[in-house]
Amino acid sequence: MIEIRHVSKAFRRGNSVVEALRDFSLNIDRREIVAVIGPSGCGKSTLLNMVAGLYTPSKGRVIYKGSPVTDVNTDVGYMTQKDNLLPWRNVRDNIAFPLELAGTPKSERAARADAVIKQVGLDGFETRLPTELSGGMRKRACLARMMLYGAETALLDEPFAALDAQLKLAMHDLLLRLAADNGQTVVFVTHDLMEAVTLADRVIVCTRRPAMIALEQEIPLPRPRDVLNVRFTNEFKELYDTLWERLRVEYQEERV
Amino acid sequence: MTSLDDNLDNVAIETPRETGSVGMVLWQTALGIAILFVWQGVSGRIVDNFFISNPIEVGRRLVDWTLDGSIFLHLWATVYATTVGFVLGAAIGAVLGIWLGVSPFASRLLNPYLNALNALPKVALAPLFVLWFGLGIESKIALAAVLVLFLVFLNTFAGVRQVDQDLIDGARLMRATHIQVITKVIVPSALSWLFAGLRVSVPYALIGAVLGEMIASNRGLGYLVQYSGAQFDTAGVFAVLIVIALLAMALNFVVDIVQNRMERWRIISR
Repeated sequence: MIEIRHVSKAFRRGNSVVEALRDFSLNIDRREIVAVIGPSGCGKSTLLNMVAGLYTPSKGRVIYKGSPVTDVNTDVGYMTQKDNLLPWRNVRDNIAFPLELAGTPKSERAARADAVIKQVGLDGFETRLPTELSGGMRKRACLARMMLYGAETALLDEPFAALDAQLKLAMHDLLLRLAADNGQTVVFVTHDLMEAVTLADRVIVCTRRPAMIALEQEIPLPRPRDVLNVRFTNEFKELYDTLWERLRVEYQEERV
Repeated sequence: MTSLDDNLDNVAIETPRETGSVGMVLWQTALGIAILFVWQGVSGRIVDNFFISNPIEVGRRLVDWTLDGSIFLHLWATVYATTVGFVLGAAIGAVLGIWLGVSPFASRLLNPYLNALNALPKVALAPLFVLWFGLGIESKIALAAVLVLFLVFLNTFAGVRQVDQDLIDGARLMRATHIQVITKVIVPSALSWLFAGLRVSVPYALIGAVLGEMIASNRGLGYLVQYSGAQFDTAGVFAVLIVIALLAMALNFVVDIVQNRMERWRIISR
């Protein structure tokens, strides 16, 4: 469904050129959940930006459902690292924003927004402005907005980084349930290997910049997964250790 | 929403006033009275009455004009030209600012011309407006409007250019149309800048109206100050200046009230 073919991306920063991605190829199937993991600043976000059509590759192409991505890809919901809530809209109106754009009647969108607000545990904050929320709450609002929107593909850039452990588990569960209900394809970037193995069908480990694929690991754990208990199974532990070994090499190289 | 507004009202009340205490008000009043006494004492003794008139004559002139109602005719003409000019200029400036802000081609195309027009002292357009719109109130409105227009335009334009590109990208990913991006992201985001432009341009609307009246008119405070000067009526000139100063203060007061209401925008535009 998403084909990333020999994509390279370089940015010009003043006089120097920063290569974020080099000859990166990846195919993602419909309804697959893919985690991209790697050292920070390695070009993972650049990858998502190109799938969303916000950046064009320097070399290679990104194909979405058979046609190359040349403009903003409106089939994806994109939760960026920076929360891009509209600062003058309250939580409810922010979450219902995509419905408003689509012309959904006001009462319906308020009802649907309130339902997801409850799921991400933001009930009671519906009429607050984003500046009145903590970072974690803003993340949850973004997540709620993306889920309500129900895009065919969800791109998430470190969606759960700012959340405490308990909330993170609840959000993992919510993400898996909604992705299954809506038949979504999910690509998410994370630092957290535990999170990657818990959620994904496949984990992609990137090298440090310029990002190339260091390792691809299928995660054949059965679905639906119990996000709390899956980590205590032996299969999980084996997968985790294999991936950790490779990741450690990348991180060590980074430190040198 | 109500709870937030309540909070903001409280914030506004707690803001310390610059000239707050009763003692300071007394001192200020005392200074004013002292100036009047000095003025009265100096006039006719040290400086010729012809140049500086004196407070009693000025006061009498104000009372006469108030009693026969003539001042209200002039005051109204100026207030009308200022208000209509402000609204007209603000509307055109805002629309122009948004339009050029969202269309890079048009803004680059018009850039040198807008710079030239902006550098031009707008009051130099007054004779042209008299030719176009005649001696009536329309030429004063035009002058006030053109002064306001550029200030509001420049602020709105800067505001639109300042809009966070991530917000625009986000909306486009959520299938916002071009129009929706403008109405639901760009305009709300630029509003705080637009308001800043409106605020600074209020005094300019008054300047435009008064200047227009001074150049060619038969009513308005600008006309009255010009006429009094031409008659060597110093008391009359001072009397009109006082009225203009009071009007300017009243306008600033209105702006402050509106601004306090709009404080929300400042807070959320961080």
